[in-house]
Amino acid sequence: MIELSQIEKVYDSPSGPVPALKGINLRIERGEIYGIIGLSGAGKSTLIRCINMLERPTKGKVIVDGKDMTAMNERELRQARKNIGMIFQHFNLLSSATVYDNIAFPLRLVHMDEKEVRAKVEPLLELVSLKEKAQQYPSQLSGGQKQRVGIARALASEPKVLLCDEATSALDPQTTKAILELIRDINQKLALTVVVITHEMQVIRDICDKVAVIENGVIAEEGSVLEVFTNPREPITKEFISVQMSNELPAAFRGGEISQEPVAGRPLLVRLTFIGESADDPVIAGLIKNSNAEISILFGNIDQIKNTPYGRMIIGITGQPADIEQALAYLQQRDLRIEVIGYVARHDRAAS
Amino acid sequence: MSPDMTALLLKALGETVRMVVIAMLAASVIGIPLGVLLVTTARHQILECVPFNRILAGVVNAVRSIPFIILMVAIIPVTRLIVGTSIGTTAAMVPLTIAAIPFIGRQVETSLREVPEGIIEAALSMGASPLQIIWHVYLPEAMPGIISQLTTVIIGLVGASAMAGAIGGGGLGDLAIRYGYQRFRPEVMLATVIVLIILVQVVQFAGNTIARRLNKK
Repeated sequence: MIELSQIEKVYDSPSGPVPALKGINLRIERGEIYGIIGLSGAGKSTLIRCINMLERPTKGKVIVDGKDMTAMNERELRQARKNIGMIFQHFNLLSSATVYDNIAFPLRLVHMDEKEVRAKVEPLLELVSLKEKAQQYPSQLSGGQKQRVGIARALASEPKVLLCDEATSALDPQTTKAILELIRDINQKLALTVVVITHEMQVIRDICDKVAVIENGVIAEEGSVLEVFTNPREPITKEFISVQMSNELPAAFRGGEISQEPVAGRPLLVRLTFIGESADDPVIAGLIKNSNAEISILFGNIDQIKNTPYGRMIIGITGQPADIEQALAYLQQRDLRIEVIGYVARHDRAAS
Repeated sequence: MSPDMTALLLKALGETVRMVVIAMLAASVIGIPLGVLLVTTARHQILECVPFNRILAGVVNAVRSIPFIILMVAIIPVTRLIVGTSIGTTAAMVPLTIAAIPFIGRQVETSLREVPEGIIEAALSMGASPLQIIWHVYLPEAMPGIISQLTTVIIGLVGASAMAGAIGGGGLGDLAIRYGYQRFRPEVMLATVIVLIILVQVVQFAGNTIARRLNKK
């Protein structure tokens, strides 16, 4: 649906040219929710604006729905943009127009007659649950309601693509959740391709199918959300994920000395990750049955990545070295990811 | 005050109102598009054309730097060309209009600049043309500000019209100078000043009310 190849963008500044994007390649399939995450200044806003050519790339090609956006003149571009809806962090509604007129705006741009406008706007008001607010002005709405108007407006011209530029960054957590649900709903109902720009990993986790991590104008890592979440390769990705879910050791072990060789009295700490089906697998029960080592659960948590259950657990294994080996061997046979942290000293007991 | 004095005062008020209203209307026809161009042809704007923008800004500044009393006499040939005479109320409207155009242009420019860039960007993302953005985004969004700014221009014109007496334009200012000052009749002076104060108050009140009604922020 969307194909970016070798996108470069250089801004001129008084102190010389500043590269914002340095050769970006992306492929976004029809119907997908694709997340692009990065810190501020990483180039993600520029990147999303290259898709609808609000920013013209210095080099490279942008293809949306089979059409080369980079080869279009202004008139063709305006036509093509009607196929690409966009919503914004600060909503960008007309303050002088009512909710109804804001949603009708893109329709009136194409001189649609008022009867047809009404026939299109009313179902949209329904879709974003703002029927009662139709005659109010944006200043009378909450942030979440404003973004709903933004979404309805973006959908009015029946686009095939929806671009979301930090669409939930100005909203509180509950409103964010509701807006994300709405985006996911319309993605499914309308088979819309959605591109989401964000700096919050939670947004990616909740609604995206795929994710690209952008850093300093290049894509550092890319893949399915599940893959990237469970097996991050780049430091920047790990950082984003650790903000979202604590990857640290339980307090009692944090900062304790770690040894890879067995040390008497210290448990071997192992981090287990269960994805999808394996989250239902009775691994711990099996482990206890199949080894003589003692197992203690130090941390456990189960999350959802989009619709896939995703569990993480840290266990401590104590016992004879042979028993520990046996326990590890058992774990390695199961359908899960294990990471051996080491023999970690507990430090809270020493203090007491 | 004698009845003939009241008649003079009313006639002068009529002349002032006529000069200001007609000059204001004529100047708005050119000044509002001028303000739009000052904003939209600037760097990174929807009709970006930086050299044109610089020239326009230069001309605006040049006209604005000429004191009105000098402008009035300096353009007498132009006035004669346009209205066929260089004296009287009608003749005074020409310099008033010319002085008001760049004034309106700058005031409209200021209001339009306050329209958040994000709204323009949103309109672009929906495939709006530059003309549609001006008509459906810039002007309605900036309208409360434009009304307030135009109110200021009208009051400025009331002040400038007092100098119209220099070319026989009449009006309240002229009455105050000729009767109040030159014929030593302070009561005439006082009466004109009071009428001017009321006039300005009415204009300001009307401007504020309209701007407030239009403001949905």
